[in-house]
Amino acid sequence: MAAGAPAPAAPKPAVAAASPVSGAKPPAAPAAVAAPAKPAVAANTDAEMADITAKFEGLISKAPYEGVFINDPARLVEVATYVRDGLHFSMLSSITAVDYPKDGVIEVVYHATRVPSGGKPLCFKVRVPREDGKCSMPSLCGVYPGAEFQEREAYDLYGVRFEGNPDLRRILMWEGFAGWPMRKDWKEAYFEGETKPFETRWPAGKHELAEERVPWQDNVTFPKDFDPFSYTSKPDGNIYESMTGNRNSVQGFPDAPVVVDANGMNQPQADEFMDELKTDEIIVNMGPQHPSTHGVLRMVVKLDGETITDLKLALGYLHRNHEKIGERNTWLHNIPYTDRLDYICGLANEWGYVLGVERMMGITPTPRVEYLRILMAELTRIESHFWSIGFLLNDVGAFFTPALYFITERDFIIDLFESVAGSRLMCNYMRFGGVSRDFTEQQLQRAHELAFERLPRAIDELDHFLTENDILKARCIGVGYLPADRSVAYSLTGPCLRAAGVGYDVRKADPYGYYERFDWDVPVRYNADVYDRYLVRVQEMRESLKIVQQVLQRMSKDTKVGDIQAGKKAYNHRVPAGQTYARVETPKGELGFYLVSDGGQNPYRYHIRSSSFINLNSLKEMTVGYKVADSVVILGSLDIVLGEVDR
Amino acid sequence: MAEEQFQNDIPVPDDLKNNIFITSLDKLYNWGRKRSMWPMLFGLACCAIEMIATAASRHDLARFGWELMRASPRQADLMIVSGTVTKKMIPQIVRLYNQMPEPRYCVAMGACATSGGPFKEGYNVVSGVDKYIPVDVYIPGCPPRPEALMHSFIKLQEKIEKQSIRTVRWYQKGDEVSIPVPMLGPDLVDMRKANEIKAQAATV
Repeated sequence: MAAGAPAPAAPKPAVAAASPVSGAKPPAAPAAVAAPAKPAVAANTDAEMADITAKFEGLISKAPYEGVFINDPARLVEVATYVRDGLHFSMLSSITAVDYPKDGVIEVVYHATRVPSGGKPLCFKVRVPREDGKCSMPSLCGVYPGAEFQEREAYDLYGVRFEGNPDLRRILMWEGFAGWPMRKDWKEAYFEGETKPFETRWPAGKHELAEERVPWQDNVTFPKDFDPFSYTSKPDGNIYESMTGNRNSVQGFPDAPVVVDANGMNQPQADEFMDELKTDEIIVNMGPQHPSTHGVLRMVVKLDGETITDLKLALGYLHRNHEKIGERNTWLHNIPYTDRLDYICGLANEWGYVLGVERMMGITPTPRVEYLRILMAELTRIESHFWSIGFLLNDVGAFFTPALYFITERDFIIDLFESVAGSRLMCNYMRFGGVSRDFTEQQLQRAHELAFERLPRAIDELDHFLTENDILKARCIGVGYLPADRSVAYSLTGPCLRAAGVGYDVRKADPYGYYERFDWDVPVRYNADVYDRYLVRVQEMRESLKIVQQVLQRMSKDTKVGDIQAGKKAYNHRVPAGQTYARVETPKGELGFYLVSDGGQNPYRYHIRSSSFINLNSLKEMTVGYKVADSVVILGSLDIVLGEVDR
Repeated sequence: MAEEQFQNDIPVPDDLKNNIFITSLDKLYNWGRKRSMWPMLFGLACCAIEMIATAASRHDLARFGWELMRASPRQADLMIVSGTVTKKMIPQIVRLYNQMPEPRYCVAMGACATSGGPFKEGYNVVSGVDKYIPVDVYIPGCPPRPEALMHSFIKLQEKIEKQSIRTVRWYQKGDEVSIPVPMLGPDLVDMRKANEIKAQAATV
C-alpha cells in the first residue's frame, strides 16, 4: 500500500492477519470459538440490530445514539443467548451502568464483540427503576461467565442487583459501605460542586480546605445515630463461608475433577489411604501486602496440602474513584488521570480516551499526530512487555536478575518519553485531535538508535537467555491452561487470549489510528499456558518494533514537522451529546472507554472497561488444580496492574 | 594525628597507636543505622514503579546500604508509602506499621501519600497517610523521580544522625505505642475518634 495514502485501504480480514507465527503448533483441541459470520471488519451493527429487532418483535426498540433497548429485563438472557449463538457475538466486552435520575432509571449497557473477527461491538441496553428493591435484573453469568466481575462492579457502584450472579458482593468497596457511590445524587464527603471548574474556586474564588469544610474534618461521612462501639464490621461479607464445603466451585464445570495430581493420589485405590490420612483444607490469604501479587491484590485460596482447590479474589485496595472524579472533571482534565490507570503504559491509555472523545466531536487528527501516537504507543508496548517478562521471571524464582536487565532497557525508552513529553511515567501527551509536543531532530535520532540498534539487540538477548531456559520451561509449560472457548467466555483479552489460539487484537479487529497502513502481524500461539503467553509477548515486542521502525522511516516523508494539532488548541471542550465505546489494544488487552455526553463541558458518564480487571475473571479456572507456587506464576502471566484493576 | 592528644593515663600498646578513634556512642550507633536501613517491600500504586526503578541498576539503592527490601514488616525499618492510600487499604497499612519493630520510619512518597493528591476528593481515598501514621519525610511529585526518592533518604539519614540514644522513645520505659487499626463501617472509622464520631452522628 502506498505510504501515506489519503484514505486507508480496505481493511484486511483480521482472520488472515492473525495467522500463526512460525513455530506455533496446530491447535490441540478443536476450536470451540464460533466461526465469524463475516470475514471482514464490519463498520456498523445495523444489520444485526435489525435482525434482533425482527426476531424479538415488540421486545426491542432502537436506543438513542447507539444500540437497542431490551424493553423487558426478564427476557434479557433469552436475547443475549441469541446474540451469542445466533449472531456469534461470543465475547461480552463491557458491562456498565448509567444513572438517569430525571427518568428514574438506571440503564445497564452491554457491549458484545465477535471474536476473533471483530468489528463494531453490538450494544444492547436494559433500563431498571432506581428505587431500592425494584432495581434488579437477571444476571448474564450463565451466558457470558466474563460478566461476573463487571456485574459485581455495577452492583457495588450503582446498586443494581443481578439475580443469579454467583457471588453478588461488593467488589471495589467493602460490604457495609453506605450508599451506591456512582449514582448521580450520591455525594462524597469532600463534595465541592457537581462539575469542575468549581464555583468555589473560580470565578468566585472562596476556596476552603476540604478538611475544614466537612463536619467530620476528614474524608468520611456517617449515617445518623451511627455508633462505632456497637457496629460489627464484616468488610468481606461471607467470603470464607462461601469457600468452605464446596470442593469444586469452578463455574460451568460441575463435573470436572479438581485435583490434577501426578502421584495418583486421586485414583480410586488411594481412597482408603486418604481416609486414614484425614487432612483439612485450609484457607489462606495472599495479599494485599504480598511480594508476588503485583500490587495490592488479595487472593483468598483454599488449599488441600499445596494444591489449590478454590480461589476468590478480593479487589478494591487501590480503588481511587477514577470514574466519579472523571465525571466531575472537564473533558480535558481526564487525560492525565488516564495515565494513572495502568501506570506502566500510560500513553496507551490516553489514546483510548482521546479516541473516544475525538469520535464524538468528529475530529480527525493530522497524519503527524497519528504517526506520533503509534510511535509512542508501540514503544509503550515494548516497555510494558519488558516489565512484565521481568516480573514473570521474578515469580518463577529468578529473583530480580533478569528484571534488572529489562528495567535498564525500559529506562532508555522512558528517557525518550521524558525528553518528549516531560515526564517519565505520566506523560500527559495526547490531546483531542493532537499531541502536546513534536519530536525534535535529536529525539528522532535517539528513537532511531533505540528502534534499529539497542532494542532489537535487547530482545534478542532476552530471547537467547530465557526462551530455552530449562527452569523457565519447567515452571511454565502446561501451567495455567485455559482453552480458547473458555478464554473467550471469560472475556479474556490481550496476549493471554492470543496465547490460546484466538487472534483477537483490537488494532486489527476494530482498527483505529494508522495501524492498517503498516506491515505487521498478530502473533498467536495455541497451548494456552504460561509459556505461550511469554512467547506471545516476546513476539509482540518484535512486531511492535517493526511498526516503530516503519513509522520512523516514513514519518519525515509523509508528515509535516510541527503539524501536531487538528483544529485549534482549546481548553474548554464541548462534546456534542452522544455516546461512544472506544477501545484500544493496550499491552494488557482491550481497554475501552464508554463515554456519555449530555453536550456539556463534563462527561455525563465516564466508564473504563479495564482489561486487567476483566482478565482476572479467568484466574480461578486457570489456577484451581495447580500448586500454590504456580498461582503466582499464573498471576504473573496475566500481567495485571492494580491501578487498572481497581481504578 | 597528633600524639599529644592522647596523653593520658591509659597505656596504649605500640601496635595500636594511630589506630584508635574516639567518638560518641550516638555517632557510632547512628552511623551504623543510617547506612543499613531495610525498607519494606511494599508498593501501593504508581509510585511503587518509581521505587522499583530507584532500586534498579541505574539509580542503585545499594549505594546507600538500603537495598535489602524485606517482605516481612518484622524485619523492616522503613515503610515507604508509595501510592494512593485508600480507605480499604489503610487498616492493613496501620497493621503493617504496628508490626514493624522500633525504631521505625515512614516516608510518604508522592502527592497521594502526602495529601491524597489528584485523588483527594475520591470517596475511597484517605487524604494523606499521616492521618493515621507518623511520617518522617514527605516527597512531592506525581510520581516523584527516583532522584527525589533518594533525596528523601538523605534527609532521613540527616534526621537519624540527630537522634540520641538517651532520648529516643524506644529506649525509654513503657511499651511501644501501637496505632488502633481503623474499622471499615458505613465509612472509614478512625477508632481514636470513635467518641467524637458517635457524638457528631447523633446531631447530623
